[in-house]
Formats: sequence, structure tokens, C-alpha cells
Amino acid sequence: MESVESVVTQNLVEIEDVEFRYDVNPVLKGINMRFPRGKVMAIMGLSGCGKTTTLRLIAGQLRPTRGSVRVAGRRVPDLDQGELYALRRRIGMLFQFGALFTDMSVFDNVAFQLREHTDLPETVVRDLVMMKLNAVGLRGAHALMPAELSGGMARRVALARAIALDPMLIMYDEPFAGLDPISLGVIGNLIRRLNDALGATSIVVTHDVQESLKIVDHVYFMSEGVVVAQGSADQIKAAREDYVRQFVHGEMDGPVPFHYAGPPYRRDLRLGPVHG
Amino acid sequence: MDNLVVRALRHVGHLVIDGVWRLGYASRFFLLVLLRSGPSFRRFPLTIREIYFAGVLSLIIILVSGLFVGMVLGLQGYDTLQRFGSEEAVGTLVALSLVRELGPVVAALLFASRAGSAMTAEIGLMKATEQITALDMMAIDPIARIVGPRFWGGVLSMPLLAALFSAMGVFGGYLITVVLLGVDAGAFWSQMQASVDLTEDVLNGVIKSIVFGVAVTAIALFEGYDAPPTAEGVSGATTRTVVTSSLAVLALDFVLTAIMFTGA
Repeated sequence: MESVESVVTQNLVEIEDVEFRYDVNPVLKGINMRFPRGKVMAIMGLSGCGKTTTLRLIAGQLRPTRGSVRVAGRRVPDLDQGELYALRRRIGMLFQFGALFTDMSVFDNVAFQLREHTDLPETVVRDLVMMKLNAVGLRGAHALMPAELSGGMARRVALARAIALDPMLIMYDEPFAGLDPISLGVIGNLIRRLNDALGATSIVVTHDVQESLKIVDHVYFMSEGVVVAQGSADQIKAAREDYVRQFVHGEMDGPVPFHYAGPPYRRDLRLGPVHG
Repeated sequence: MDNLVVRALRHVGHLVIDGVWRLGYASRFFLLVLLRSGPSFRRFPLTIREIYFAGVLSLIIILVSGLFVGMVLGLQGYDTLQRFGSEEAVGTLVALSLVRELGPVVAALLFASRAGSAMTAEIGLMKATEQITALDMMAIDPIARIVGPRFWGGVLSMPLLAALFSAMGVFGGYLITVVLLGVDAGAFWSQMQASVDLTEDVLNGVIKSIVFGVAVTAIALFEGYDAPPTAEGVSGATTRTVVTSSLAVLALDFVLTAIMFTGA
């Protein structure tokens, strides 16, 4: 039985002491995170540090080995498929490369969830789709197919699709990957504006430091399955931890070495021992 | 030496365990497809769309192949039967060969290479581009929404394609033997009508084509759904679909023929 207190908690998502392993390989080693309602939060770190795994635990696509993941007061791993799907209807997700349905037009992609989950008349669906597309600036592109879109446009259509049902939580998996500078700025602004307009909560998984620090309220920094730092954008920029400094300033050497571990350089070049 | 034996045994054990695991996984997948087939019938336009892609778009290859197979049967049959002075029986030979064996089997092999490989590649690419995960995240069951309609579209298309293959083959046989080689048209059709039994021959052929349709479509969809989400993964899955489903069709044909046609 969920207590009323936990349902109306200030945090929409709460992760407590979560461990996760694939077979015997630990990916998350006891992380704690809080995602308050109405905020744009970022999870940053190198590839393979456990960011996307965290997102998948929140979405219920993976079950933690230990610990608790709560969304809107409900323990996600305890939900059966019907309850999980009911929860996911209130969650929007933007995938790394959009994941648009390639056999459908832009319009049909955005209308997809409305048609699947509601009995709205087609005229209402049309109006809603046009409003969502207008919010991302692509009302005029509604008849195009995904193959006719640029990377930035595809990401914006995917964003319109993610907010089609006015979700309470929007999750972004590497929303800035592979975008040109203009599209980067556009997507960043849209994430912030749409979150505030919808009164939603956003979780942005990214390793694009500069762009995300412009829009987020709070950052969790992850490395090798643990949270190594956290704070506001300004706190992160001024952070003294070596790992965060190297990451934020893009330094070549630091706790994350430039060279992949290997035998001594002289041995690979087949140079003999130095005498004298 | 001992080490080598242990390694070989370990390798064999690994292959067996892997094979059994995969068979179990495939059976579970097939069961899930059947259990979640509701939307395929409640929202029949989804299935109609797949009948178009699997069936209608396979028509050209099925009809042309059927015509040529029938023409070859006519030529070979005429050549053999005329030695015994019974060339009028060529209609019977063409029709029985097609309806009992070649129609269901060759149509299924063509279906596997045309529609089965397309299904595997499509589902595999949907997985690689995260479209399947996106559906799941939108609270839409991918097996019910994507796999189910494709399965029933394939299963419903296969007997129709086999029937068209056989009809086209009979027409090809007629063209060669009656129009070209001068066999009497009346004898051609009447002997065929007298010898081909609706239940024994036609119905058994239809049952075969339904079984082949289930096997080919289930294999194609499983391989696509199970494909590693990479270019090599999808390419390997597509190849496995054609190889596995072709072997399955030939093996099932032997079993079904043994059950259907070796009785009294």
C-alpha cells in the first residue's frame, strides 16, 4: 500500500541505493538521486558510466539488483506490465537518434500515441498534432517522411512525439549527439521551454557539457557506476574535483587517461634497453 | 591431450545449451505472439496492410515462377508419357505434382526468400534504430502491435500464394502441352478433373501451405526480433531466416507427406 505522503512527494523520481549488474559485471554501484518536480536535471558522464542504464531503470525496462526506484511515489520494479504501461503513458522519451517510425509521415509519428491510447476524433487529433509540431517549429513539415528530415529536424519531431500526451516526466537520451551548432541550441532551448510550459520534469542524459549546463537546474556526475559529483550548473563549472574539471573543460589527461592501458611504449617500438 | 578433450567437450556442451536455450526462447516468443494476437483481429486493417506487403507484393515472383514450373512439368511429363502413348495424362501429372507438392513447397521457398527476409530485415532494423524500444516506452506492446499483424498477414497470405502458384502452373502446363505440343484439350482437362481429389489432394495441399506459412513467418519474425542491433546482426538474421525456413519447409514437407499420402 503506497502512502499518500509518498505519492505527493516533492520528488517525481527517487533512486535510493541502487545497484545493477549485467551478469556479474556491476554497472551501478549504489547510486542515490532525486529529481524534483518541474526541474530540468542532467545526468552526465563518460560513455559506459551507467547513465543510460539509470534511465532504463527509471523507465522500468531494467530491474535493479538492489535498491529502490520510485516514480510518482510508485516502486517501478514492483509494477506488473499493465501498471508499468499505465505509468509509461505519462512518461515521454526522446531517443538518441529520434527513433521515428520510418514508414510513417511526420504527422503520423506525432499522432501515433494519440491514436493508440485515446478515442479522440481525427479532427481533434489533427489539431493536437499541429499544436505539438508548432511548438517545435515544424508545423510546415507535417507531410514529410523521416528520411526527408535533417538530424536536428528528426530530433524535434521526436520531441513533439514525446510530448504528444502531455507527460509528467520527459527523459532525453543523448539529445545533442551528432547535431550542428544551430540545432544544438534549438534542441536545448526546446527542452527548457517545453518543460516549463508543460509543468513537467525532465531528465537529460548527456555528455555535452556546454549545451546542457545552459539549460539544466541540477547535474549528477557519474563515473564507473557511482555519482562522483552533483550541483547546479555554476557549481559544476567551478568544481574542483579532478574528474569533473577534466570533463567540463575537455582536458586531455587527468583521472581519465589519454592512453589506453598497454605495454611500455619502448617495447611496442621494439627498441632495446638504453645503455650508458 | 586431456586438456584438448575437456575443451572439445566444453565446446559441444556450450553449443547444446545454447541451442536448447534458443529453442526455448523461440517457443516462448511464438507463444507470446499467439497470446497477444488480439489486436491483429480487432484492428484487422493492420493485418490487411501486412497481407499487402507479404502477399500482394510477392505475387509477381509467385506467378512467374508458377508459370515456368508448370511449363517445365508439361515438357518433362509429355516427353515421358508419350513413350507409353498416354500423353493425355499429362494434365493429371501437372496438376497432382503442383497441388500436392510443388505448389506449397516452391511457393513457401519463394515466400521465405521474398517476404520472410523482408520481415526479418524490417523488424531487425526497427530494433537497431530503437523503434521497438520506443514503442515499448510508449506503452504499446511491440509483439501485439508489430509482430502479431505480420504473423497473421504471412499465415493468411501463404495458402493464397500457393493456390495461385498451382493455378498458374496448371495454366503453364496447358500452354506447353495443349497449345504448343498438340495434346487434346478435352483429354487434358477431363483426366485432370477425374484424378484430382478435392480432399485428398487439394485440401492436403492447402494444409501444407498453412503449416509452411506458420513456420516461415514465425522464423522470419523471431530472427528479426532476436537480431543483434547492428548491420552485421541484421544481415546475419536475414540469412538465417532464408536458410532455416527453407530447411524447415523441406523437413515439414517430408513429415506431412508421410502423414497425408502414405496411408491406404
